[in-house]
Amino acid sequence: MKYLRYILVGFIFGIVLTKSEAVSWYRIYEMFQFQSFHMYGIIGVAVITGIVGIQLIKRLNVKDIDGNPIVIVPKESGSARYWIGGVFFGLGWALVGACPGPIFILLGAGILPTIFILIGALVGTYIYGLLKDKLPH
Amino acid sequence: MDYLYTTWPWYISGFIIGMIMLCLNYFGKVFGMSSNLRTLCTIAGAGKHADFFKFDWKAQRWNLLVVFGAMLGGFVAVHFMSDASNVSLNPATVAQLAELNIDAPEGKIAPDALFGNAVFQSPKMIAILIIGGILIGFGSRYAGGCTSGHAISGLSNLQLPSLKAVIGFFVGGLVMVHFLLPLIF
Repeated sequence: MKYLRYILVGFIFGIVLTKSEAVSWYRIYEMFQFQSFHMYGIIGVAVITGIVGIQLIKRLNVKDIDGNPIVIVPKESGSARYWIGGVFFGLGWALVGACPGPIFILLGAGILPTIFILIGALVGTYIYGLLKDKLPH
Repeated sequence: MDYLYTTWPWYISGFIIGMIMLCLNYFGKVFGMSSNLRTLCTIAGAGKHADFFKFDWKAQRWNLLVVFGAMLGGFVAVHFMSDASNVSLNPATVAQLAELNIDAPEGKIAPDALFGNAVFQSPKMIAILIIGGILIGFGSRYAGGCTSGHAISGLSNLQLPSLKAVIGFFVGGLVMVHFLLPLIF
């Protein structure tokens, strides 16, 4: 039962990302061409919802499902890794029109060539693991 | 019931995505999809080659279940909740794509030029997909997160590092779409 909730959340995530077309190569291209508000609207509303929710969690000291305090660990400070890593990610995101969530969602939908993106993403993650100590962070 | 089949509006979709993140917070977890790539590398034995992959991947099993659910959701949405009105792009976008020899959506979620089964016979397209994947995998781990971890979770928690990463995502994306895609296609 404990595991079912994660599958359910994922299931809703898969449906909403598909039905909003955030998994679509087309929508990513259109977004980077500034030819539609759609993707900006999705990300903007998601972030506003998240900001309000997290502020409520913090101010009302909401406990998690097991009764423990909800602790959201801050991101490590730094600059180089975020700028450089971010640019690499953006190049890939706009080239194949999928970020990590959609890679899995498209595969599940049976769009088989996505397997090449997944293989690449695993290789890219592995390369980072090998080079981690040599890269500026 | 038409609303199930047509494109979901951004204000509803964005709200649900925000709630998904909060829901995972309520479960004591943090929303982030690219971590699963590291977990899969660890399961495949990458820990023998790099310490980065030496961690207790079983603690991340919940996230793999989210991925599994997302795959099911993608299957259901594409096969049972789609119709011909989907992915109605700006006509200007469709015209630009035609110049790049990329087919118009006409209800499809992804262009055949990149995601049709003919891709399996095209070394060039396979290379493009793999290179795109490498950039995504390397970039998201280097930046410590992707669209879900930084753009949604990080910005929602008002994290300056996430803002830097998201600006990076957009710089990379704009360079790709405006300068590199016309050279590639």
